[in-house]
Amino acid sequence: MSSAVTPRIFNRPDADWPGHRLLVRDPLRLDCGVDFGPFTIAYQTYGRLNADRSNAILICHALTGDQYVADPHPITGHPGWWMTMVGPGLVLDTDRYFLICANVLGGCMGTTGPKELDPATGKPWALSFPVITVRDMVRAQKRVVDHLGIASLFCVIGGSMGGMQVLEWVASYPESVFAAVPIAAASRHSAQNIAFHEVGRQAIMADPDWCEGQYLDVGRRPARGLAVARMAAHITYLSEAALHRKFGRNLQDRNAVTWGFDADFQVESYLRHQGSTFVDRFDANSYLYITRAMDYFDLAAEYGGSVAAAFTGTGTRFCVISFTSDWLFPTSESRELVHALNAVAANVSFVEVATDKGHDAFLLHEPELFATLHGFLNGCAEHRGLARSR
Amino acid sequence: MSGADAIPLGYAAPGTSTAARDRLRRDLRVIADMIEPSARVLDIGCGDGALLAYLASEKGVDARGVELSQYGVNACVTQGLSVIQGDADSDLDAYPAGAFDVVVLSQTLQATRQPRRVLETLLRIGKRAIVSFPNFGFWRVRAHLLLRGRMPVTPLLAHAWYDTPNIHLCTIRDFVALCDDIGGRIEKSVTLDRHGRPFTLDPRGSLANLLAAQGVFVLTRGG
Repeated sequence: MSSAVTPRIFNRPDADWPGHRLLVRDPLRLDCGVDFGPFTIAYQTYGRLNADRSNAILICHALTGDQYVADPHPITGHPGWWMTMVGPGLVLDTDRYFLICANVLGGCMGTTGPKELDPATGKPWALSFPVITVRDMVRAQKRVVDHLGIASLFCVIGGSMGGMQVLEWVASYPESVFAAVPIAAASRHSAQNIAFHEVGRQAIMADPDWCEGQYLDVGRRPARGLAVARMAAHITYLSEAALHRKFGRNLQDRNAVTWGFDADFQVESYLRHQGSTFVDRFDANSYLYITRAMDYFDLAAEYGGSVAAAFTGTGTRFCVISFTSDWLFPTSESRELVHALNAVAANVSFVEVATDKGHDAFLLHEPELFATLHGFLNGCAEHRGLARSR
Repeated sequence: MSGADAIPLGYAAPGTSTAARDRLRRDLRVIADMIEPSARVLDIGCGDGALLAYLASEKGVDARGVELSQYGVNACVTQGLSVIQGDADSDLDAYPAGAFDVVVLSQTLQATRQPRRVLETLLRIGKRAIVSFPNFGFWRVRAHLLLRGRMPVTPLLAHAWYDTPNIHLCTIRDFVALCDDIGGRIEKSVTLDRHGRPFTLDPRGSLANLLAAQGVFVLTRGG
């Protein structure tokens, strides 16, 4: 069976995509023990680096995000995923800060990942791509930051998996991070979250078009499996209240149920749409690798069983943010992180934003989130001696 | 024991803006004057951050806060203060011993579930603890109960009995007894009248317990 969707991802060579490429020649020692490289990191920047290179903010994207934070996605044409946050006069003010966002290692938007060609075989890496971790992603990002000549980032910020990277940044490079903002994140991936990821991976691997991961060799794509993975995951990004508010039990373009398995309900139609548009822009094997990286994330395990030990002596200023209706990365996980930071007397702010929008609230219009971040960043900028933009 | 010297009031550090100080609530002024410049301070129940903001800008203090209400936390963080959402009962245990030069608990002790434990924690994580609370032994409070036979409602205790957050009220005498009990040493104390004006009375005497609307105590771990 061939997939119903023609994946546009193949139709356009990604060399045309906007943004920068860094070819890293020096291999990276990965957590799995492999020395990986050379490899490419694709990244995007906004704003201007100031003379003393003190105004750089690294944005870490989430599982299915990418470096196109504030310009149109090169495949879908959709606006950047953090347009609400990044721009002139916005919270991440491009008139004041120099913003960097790099596609994660293992990703599919230009950085080396399983869909790229393995130079040793001339064929896509597929499952011969090494298993990567959040720490590996951060190590790769460090190469970009070094390349740009930035010794100390003003801030590292990100939501969800991006928040995991933020924590890993401070733990791995404590001298290089002045301020850290992990949003809707946790110091480890919970059993429930691993379980949801496993459902997604099994959906992909159960698709006959997945071909044991070799689908690119045979010109196929596990579009249905990937769509189902996205549909299941998407539910976890919302909340019961938000789903009810948006859709209730409303029917889709019909007055009565059709006594069949069509998308009778609006919520079904919405999920199908989420699934089918996702496969246009995302690689199934990348989804396997990146979800795995999140599953393996456990900061305490990396530091002798204690999250606090990861931050001993930290001089970084933290702003931890969670959302009341987020059941994927609930407030309790953020609070645990805050307690660990308290244990090392770190400078930390913690805000739980009241919203019914669930985990995805960090991507949406949340005035309280903006106000918190604006205040936090302004305070940090003052301590850092950054000039006001206007 | 006569460890309860009255603190010299109004010894605001040179260069301190009196206008900024005047904007503070009166009991917070008393507390602010007790804090040395550049200290590491944790204000528990910091509200909208008025004290922390003053200490940070006027005394160069490393100011941190804990606040239960989301409104308060947001008000603090949006003005650049380091404040976490949490409460005195459950969010202090992680701090290491002696983490702060001064821990402030103003008008909050009576709203905690376990005041004794909270007070012990303050003495553990702070080299000094400054605690202020409404005095339930204040004559107006006593008179309210005695003459009207109703639970006292005063400007400091402004809630009706059924919706008050103040679940563990005490008198100055009660507080002093608890300090003795847990081995806390009273380094200084100030009594305030109902307008928040300070006056000096021995906190162990019955006059203080009768005439003070609130008490402000500086505690250290007993030797």
